[in-house]
Amino acid sequence: MRLLLLVALPLALALVPPAARLLDNVYLITLVRQALIYALAAMALDFIMGYGRLVSFGHAAFFGLGAYTVGILGTHYMQDLALLFGWAGSNEALLAWPLAMAISGAYALLVGLISLRTSGIYFIMITLAFAQMVYYLFVSLSAYGGLTGLSLWLPNTIAGFDLLADGLYFYYLCLTLLLLAWWLLARIVASRFGQVLQGCRQNERRMRALGYRTYGYKLTAFVISGAVTGLAGALLANHAGYVSPGLMHWSMSGELIIIVLLGGLSSLIGPIYGAIILLLLEQLLTTITPYWQIILGPILILVVLLFKGGLYGTLTRRGSQA
Amino acid sequence: MQLLLEQALNGLQFGVTLLLMASGLTLVFGIMNLINLAHGSLFMVGAYVGATVAAYSHSFLLAVAAGMAAAAMTGMLMELLIMRRLYPREHLDQVLATFGLILFFNELVTIVWGRQPLSMPVPDWLSGAVEILPGVPYPTYRVAVLVVGIAVAVFLYLLVMQSRLGMRIRAGAANRDMINALGVNIVVLYTLVFGLGAALAGLAGVMAAPFMAVQAGMGENILILTFVVIIIGGIGSIRGAVIGALLVGVVDTLGQAYLPALFRLWLAPAAADSAGTALATMAIYVVMAGVLAIRPQGLFGARTA
Amino acid sequence: MNASPASPAPVFAARHLIKRFGGLTATDDLSLALQRGRILALIGPNGAGKTTALAQLSGELRPDAGQILFQGRDITRLNMAQRAKAGIARSFQITAIFEQFSVLENVCLAVQAAARHHFRFWGRAMRDQALLEPAQAALQRVALQPLAERPASALAHGQKRQLEIAMALATAPQVLLLDEPLAGMGRAEAEVIVALLAELRAEHAILLVEHDMNAVFQLADTVVVLDDGAILAQGPAAAIRANPAVQAAYLSEGD
Repeated sequence: MRLLLLVALPLALALVPPAARLLDNVYLITLVRQALIYALAAMALDFIMGYGRLVSFGHAAFFGLGAYTVGILGTHYMQDLALLFGWAGSNEALLAWPLAMAISGAYALLVGLISLRTSGIYFIMITLAFAQMVYYLFVSLSAYGGLTGLSLWLPNTIAGFDLLADGLYFYYLCLTLLLLAWWLLARIVASRFGQVLQGCRQNERRMRALGYRTYGYKLTAFVISGAVTGLAGALLANHAGYVSPGLMHWSMSGELIIIVLLGGLSSLIGPIYGAIILLLLEQLLTTITPYWQIILGPILILVVLLFKGGLYGTLTRRGSQA
Repeated sequence: MQLLLEQALNGLQFGVTLLLMASGLTLVFGIMNLINLAHGSLFMVGAYVGATVAAYSHSFLLAVAAGMAAAAMTGMLMELLIMRRLYPREHLDQVLATFGLILFFNELVTIVWGRQPLSMPVPDWLSGAVEILPGVPYPTYRVAVLVVGIAVAVFLYLLVMQSRLGMRIRAGAANRDMINALGVNIVVLYTLVFGLGAALAGLAGVMAAPFMAVQAGMGENILILTFVVIIIGGIGSIRGAVIGALLVGVVDTLGQAYLPALFRLWLAPAAADSAGTALATMAIYVVMAGVLAIRPQGLFGARTA
Repeated sequence: MNASPASPAPVFAARHLIKRFGGLTATDDLSLALQRGRILALIGPNGAGKTTALAQLSGELRPDAGQILFQGRDITRLNMAQRAKAGIARSFQITAIFEQFSVLENVCLAVQAAARHHFRFWGRAMRDQALLEPAQAALQRVALQPLAERPASALAHGQKRQLEIAMALATAPQVLLLDEPLAGMGRAEAEVIVALLAELRAEHAILLVEHDMNAVFQLADTVVVLDDGAILAQGPAAAIRANPAVQAAYLSEGD
């Protein structure tokens, strides 16, 4: 069953565009593309939440910072406004996206440095607070749109080529990046570093008794997670053509957690299923009522109460663990 | 000087609102080990019901009573149906489930009351100002909020520290299994504690309604601040909640009042307001980060393994 | 305890440890020494302060006063992780293994601890011979080899205690601080552990905190009796056994 789920998913996702053409519903491609981007962010979150038990309620900060990096660089470039030391930004993905990852990763380093000194509920709350700080910061930056946000004039170019304007190429790019991230994170989980992370999740006291200096490893994992989430943010900016502080709001952090838990904690692939489920739910429920969240809420509650391990966990009978 | 006094009092008054929220939240977490993100929704329920009753009955006192009762009942219903099943679960599961509750309640109030925010006017007999010091007028309503808040704080202190129920509550906070073994009906105790916390949240909601727009999502803003309060104060500690609430209330209010002005000393007005407001809203988070950097368990929190 | 020609020099020693919690003195002037090839048992009733003492020796708790020495060095200020790296291993009273890992993964993790750093993101940890060989060897030592691939959660209680010891051994320590390794064990299971500990004695300095008096008197060379944080009596096992005060207080309650 597990093998089936692991293979079926990339295949199905690769076939979405041709299927959409067949169904004469090209909008489907855009819709699933958004799910893929959220899945990337959620996967990065699962990396630390599922394997390290670091429940970050502030991951939206990294998501938003990645998106704003692209937005700000693009805006300055388009308006030929100096950003830093006379440099007027750029609309080139090969520059902006790594920079987005670097900035998100840097903020993750800062957040992690302080937050990882705490644990449990304190950790959850302090990561939330750090995201709120960034949220309020960008709300007050009227130069970059404040609460209403920033529109992107054009999507990024890749090595100078205007590839992202084509929805289809962009879709496959997102899918490729997602699968690549999945592969990389899976390898890290299986490595020595991954063993340390998982050991910390299961019994940190024992890890320290064994001689592990756990702080540094958790911090590294946190930074990796933040950077990958930043990449997702950069993709989202291009996808939506628009960035706003709402991306950093704690409800976005909550949404990412929901995606991870719906699909299955500590599976890496679960979040992909989770993102798709949430997408389907939203599409389905809005046909019933515009107040769709009144149904989503209880659904979440039921999922928590009844399905331990999310969809993937339930299907592969690998329950979510302590 | 007068402005400073006013702002300081505003800070205290805000702190008192936070205290009403924080004491419920910290009790529930300390005793039942439950993270309840929907605590803000109870605040919202209190505000909505209170505003509605005030509009129809023109009686402020009735509105307060109605708001508290509605919140308490909603809370106990929540406890019966959902919270009970969450007590043994991981914090993460509790976060997710109560997040679902937030979505539900936000949408519910929108269905029942529509998307337009409600307003709740200050009642006539509490409008105007009193002279707290000769020549220093201060809004009567704010004084009322302060008085109510302090009264509740004292009541809570007496309840938790002096009464038998309070003893059971403190024992429950210290050792859950033990209190069960002592034969205290823990199921009823939990429901009561939860109801108490809900009532306090409802009270906070009604009394704060005249200061803000009553709309969906209002609970979440105050919820986050409430969490900051109990994190700073230390989870499970009423004393911590008091200190934390006052600290957050004062820092936030004074920050909002003075930081933009402070920044104008060396920045252009537009930039100063921008930076000042940003820093003001960030201020309490910076304080929280600072406290946690030095004492990861909060000021009065117990160090847990 | 001084080093005499008959006994080797102490490799691990505690001198005049004091620990207070508010008004309670949990550790009251505790001194003891461990030597390679010897087992020292720390006994006493519940609440005597054994756990607190062990916590200070392993580095979990900082004593208010006193010194802890290892191979002549003052290690009082070192934390748990640093002491583990230095060669002091600890097992836990309440099983502290990694339940979701396999038995082999548990021990590999213990072996890996000795490496200088763990920023290896690439190679598969569980195919790494550098980890697998010592881990298999430790499992052999405690006779858990056949169960290497089972999830640790599936082990019987006694086997989990064996795993605890395997993990402590995997770091190739000089000093073993064992916190009630026989906790919750039946007769047959206990005998397996006792035999194992007797074997391990030769290469390690062992501190054994235990309630199981049979095991204590089978294994211990020296016994230290703790009461209310202070040493009630200490000396060779036989002498302690015969000590009337100790007998009255504790030996009657054991099994």
